Amino acid sequence: MLKYLLNRSIEFLITLLGIITLSFFIIHLAPGKPTDLLSELNPKITPEARKKLEQYYGLDKPLHVQYLLWLKRLARLDFGESFSSDRRPVIVKIRERLPITVGINLLSILIIFLIGIPIGVSSATRQYSTYDKVTTVVVFIGYAMPGFWLALLLMLLFGVHLNWLPISGIKSMNYDNLSVAGKVLDVGKHLLMPVFVAAFGSLAGISRYMRSSMLEVIRQDYITAARARGLPESVVIYRHALRNALLPVITLLGLSVPGLIGGSVIFEQIFSIPGMGQLFWLSVMQRDYPVIMGLLTIGGVLTLIGNMLADFCYALADPRIRRQ
Amino acid sequence: MFLLWQRLRKNPLAVAGGVMVLLLFLVALFAPVLAPYEPDYIDRYHILEPPSREHLLGTDDIGRDVLSRMLYGARVSLAVGFVAVAIATVVGIAVGSLAGYYGGLIDRLLMRFVDIMLSIPSLFLILSVIAFVGASIWNIMVVIGLTSWMGVARLVRAEFLSLKQREFVLAARALGASDLRIILRHMLPNALAPVIVNAVLMVASAVLVESSLSFLGLGVQPPQPSWGNILTAGKANIEIAWWLSLFPGLAILITVLSYNLLGEGLRDALDPRLWQSR
Repeated sequence: MLKYLLNRSIEFLITLLGIITLSFFIIHLAPGKPTDLLSELNPKITPEARKKLEQYYGLDKPLHVQYLLWLKRLARLDFGESFSSDRRPVIVKIRERLPITVGINLLSILIIFLIGIPIGVSSATRQYSTYDKVTTVVVFIGYAMPGFWLALLLMLLFGVHLNWLPISGIKSMNYDNLSVAGKVLDVGKHLLMPVFVAAFGSLAGISRYMRSSMLEVIRQDYITAARARGLPESVVIYRHALRNALLPVITLLGLSVPGLIGGSVIFEQIFSIPGMGQLFWLSVMQRDYPVIMGLLTIGGVLTLIGNMLADFCYALADPRIRRQ
Repeated sequence: MFLLWQRLRKNPLAVAGGVMVLLLFLVALFAPVLAPYEPDYIDRYHILEPPSREHLLGTDDIGRDVLSRMLYGARVSLAVGFVAVAIATVVGIAVGSLAGYYGGLIDRLLMRFVDIMLSIPSLFLILSVIAFVGASIWNIMVVIGLTSWMGVARLVRAEFLSLKQREFVLAARALGASDLRIILRHMLPNALAPVIVNAVLMVASAVLVESSLSFLGLGVQPPQPSWGNILTAGKANIEIAWWLSLFPGLAILITVLSYNLLGEGLRDALDPRLWQSR
């Protein structure tokens, strides 16, 4: 298993370098110098900020020198200063927002696991039943549902008409005066809809995939053998079948990480959550290039970490890899 | 082709999807005829009116007819879907066939590049490029296309890897056909079926991405109507105008669902392993 993980780590490092290189070229892909674009599109930009950007990317130096400088800066997590009026270092801006986005995404992965997998398993064990048909239809519709529209509908229903849940932010105005339990409840109420919306897109996909994976496993000989030994059905399904059927789903969950992180732009914007996604949206609106490049890199790194964790879980679950 | 149609016909959901896709085409084509009002006509005396006989789907925050705007929005959705998917398919076929045909170092480098592209959240990538080139319908099409070809590349590569060893390809090579000719005339036609299925499914996701971008204000720019940017007004007026939020979203849902149903139906119809059971 160690060798397997080591191999994967090397691959990840190469991919990481690739992400960094790609984001470097995106800056240079812009027609003309990024600084020309800057002053052209954003008349408010000061000559001082322009000079800073030129200095930061070393735009007067040859391309390979610029690239090496860029690598050197990233190694120290130095993404430069934001162009917005606060002029704070990009890394500080990202660091204060990162936990919120990562937290919401972890919660939604948990929900995907807790809801999507049981739905997939139960509809597979009852193939062609009414329950199976209904869930298949619901999943198909869910798959086609635009996440931001679902968010709007939920806001309309629970926020506006029923007035049960708050529709923006992550805490109330009076948050600081609440007791500990009150604080937890308050944040929970604020996060309920965003987490559900974030999970929803992958939820449909995962439960559909879980169903087909389970159907395939149930037809295998060792499941027939387990049944023939007289094991109760629940043991056969949950002990023998589920474990094997989960393997491809773990990989898929790892692959859904970039979608989740990208999706945070949408739901954070809708629910006014002060996370990374909202920062990205604001930066694109204001053409705050240093922040955009920083977030692009961090987003890639987060995806890599997600994939790495999925690989690790896969290795834990699959003895064939563990014993390699 | 006839066989394909016969198999597809037996799948009522796929047929329903296909009919809906056709209807959407007609709606987009005949939007000027079907629309009761000019999409940009501002009626200051009828702002945010709920659905009524004059305005079947109500009016928006500056008094424009929502139905008319949605009919014109269908054009944007279709255009973005098709152009973006065409770009993605062409790039994907090029990369995939090069990697699959030549193998070796070229294959390793190209597939590594695919992995890198796949590991950046695509919405982040799209937004970063939009930040540099600016938001407009043309830029959106190109950017969505250039960030979604990776699946096609993998698909074509896998097909090519197995086709490469087949007799007819070896025969073509023995006869001295050029690489380009072998790729385009002999291998590509045999690898097209899964690519077409994939393209139909990709239209669905391109429509979704376009509407999300337009909703965020980073896609199709007002006053040009798009289902996504009508929803932006819906969000701003969510407490008073439910119709602005409901109908455009429903249109997106139905469109995406139709393409998905048609795509899955095509996949089943083209999969020889499923022929006997049907």
